[in-house]
Amino acid sequence: MNRAIDFLLGSTMRWLLLALAVIFPLVTDNEYHIYVMALAFIWAIAVYGMNIITGYCGQLNLAHGGFFAIGAYVVAILTVDHGWPFWPAFLAAGLFGAVFGFVVGIVSLRLKEHYFAIFTLCVGYIIYLMIDKWEALTHGSLGIINIAPPEGFGLVDFTQTIPFYYLVLAFLALAIWLTRRISESLLGRTFRAIRISDDLAQSLGINLMRNKVLAFVISTVYAAAAGGLYAGVVRFIGPEEANFIHTFDMIAYLLVGGIGTLMGPLLGTLVITWLTQAVQSLEEYRMIVFGPMLVLLVIFFPRGIVGTFLGWRGRRMARQAPRKTRESRVEQSDPHGADSKEARNNA
Amino acid sequence: MLSIRNLTKRFGGLAAVNDVSVEFGANQINAIIGPNGAGKTTFFNLVAGAMPPTEGVIEYKGQDLAGKSPDSIARLGVARTFQTTMLFEESTVLDNLIVGHRLRTESRLWDVLINSKRLKADEKRCREKAAETLEFVGLSHIGHRYIADTSQEERKRIAFALALATDPELVLLDEPAGGVNPEETDGLVDLIHKMVDHGITVCLIEHKMDMIMRIADKIIVLDHGEKISEGTPEQVKNDPVVIEAYLGKEDAEA
Repeated sequence: MNRAIDFLLGSTMRWLLLALAVIFPLVTDNEYHIYVMALAFIWAIAVYGMNIITGYCGQLNLAHGGFFAIGAYVVAILTVDHGWPFWPAFLAAGLFGAVFGFVVGIVSLRLKEHYFAIFTLCVGYIIYLMIDKWEALTHGSLGIINIAPPEGFGLVDFTQTIPFYYLVLAFLALAIWLTRRISESLLGRTFRAIRISDDLAQSLGINLMRNKVLAFVISTVYAAAAGGLYAGVVRFIGPEEANFIHTFDMIAYLLVGGIGTLMGPLLGTLVITWLTQAVQSLEEYRMIVFGPMLVLLVIFFPRGIVGTFLGWRGRRMARQAPRKTRESRVEQSDPHGADSKEARNNA
Repeated sequence: MLSIRNLTKRFGGLAAVNDVSVEFGANQINAIIGPNGAGKTTFFNLVAGAMPPTEGVIEYKGQDLAGKSPDSIARLGVARTFQTTMLFEESTVLDNLIVGHRLRTESRLWDVLINSKRLKADEKRCREKAAETLEFVGLSHIGHRYIADTSQEERKRIAFALALATDPELVLLDEPAGGVNPEETDGLVDLIHKMVDHGITVCLIEHKMDMIMRIADKIIVLDHGEKISEGTPEQVKNDPVVIEAYLGKEDAEA
């Protein structure tokens, strides 16, 4: 049993998922499905960013959708109005996401808990208003069309769905890899200490502002990069990209998958995206399906799918621990060294 | 070690700590006692930098701590525990302690991205420190256990270990034996003595009088934010002002 759970949470599983993702376009001949999957991956990248500031660092950032829109608009404006190719514009989107994230971060992170959430909600709305009203820069409510797609190389043409799917998959893999690096390092531990409590973290000599701003900037870079990719695939964007609905969608993905876990953001995004597809025919009424489902999930699995799994395994390990300890004392060795390392890697 | 002069903290018209001056000697157990609402925790918060004092000087090893941020005070070697132990429930005991030594490391985001040698060395040091402090508080055997499955007394010890992982010279313990039974309290007393034996100065707030009287080298008594008495346990115990503060005037006369 334990072995099965370890497998489900282990690195083998991650490679298996990657392999599945790689062969997905080859086994389906429905191009629309591939397109939906690619879009889900893009959102997942943004959700990974949210996971860093909200999941690991514990600061509920409600401007996240705004940063996604900023990334999309940087690419759109630079490619359409200034004739830049996609890739430099994409880099600029990430850079702008970082700079703007830094500025918003040093102001908003002076506030704590709910006040921070409310402030960032306002920031998100201001971003929406700026995009909607600053017509000279953003074309206002008309939106921007004919955004340059990512330039391919050789025979690879990213205007086609399948190559673009692989491009997005590569970025998603990078995003997950980076998240894993951060979450397992001292930096991730620093963020999690802040999540437990500001006071505790400070008493351990952690500079709150510096670390929160760092987590915030990392998250906005994720969001802006995802937005940039989005602009490159959809090739038409409007102010609606900055609608706060997207932020709440991302929170839902995060909650369903498991906040503060490594695979939660991906799982949550995929589950909800495909459920949405499955009940598409219900149109407006699909919320009748989604509403109760989310309520049940929050009641019975408050830590999301991955979080519940990890908690379940944690309890099992704890139950077995006393027995194991006695054994290890007899053997004069410590088998838990390896065990707990694996546990950390999976979490 | 710690020399406090005219320390005052006012919240509007209320002086939570009022003109307190006291000296805490190095390598001793110093206790702060007083009735509920006497300003003990505020006093701790001022020393640890959680809030700036309205007035006064907090001199620690020749430096004034007043107005410094809590994290920079922690780096200067002042660690603290809280009344309620805050730990990361969803991970193991040892895992919780690793971040404790973070303040003595230098790794930045860049080190994380390239997985630098410095990061590896830093993580190794933090891990070793965590194991060392866990050993110190006598919990090596539960290092792999989940926090959610530990007892209140174990949590207290883990909180001590976390504070010790910062390499402190002065440790502030806020109700270290709160919610712990008498036998376990004895164990914690031994642990506090062990900390002092290893060159650490301890400063604690506690309501358990028998414990305080047994272990403290020096006691200061706060009431309504003011220092009403100080001295050895024997001196404080027999001070009529202290008895009055705790039991009321009539009782003291009776």
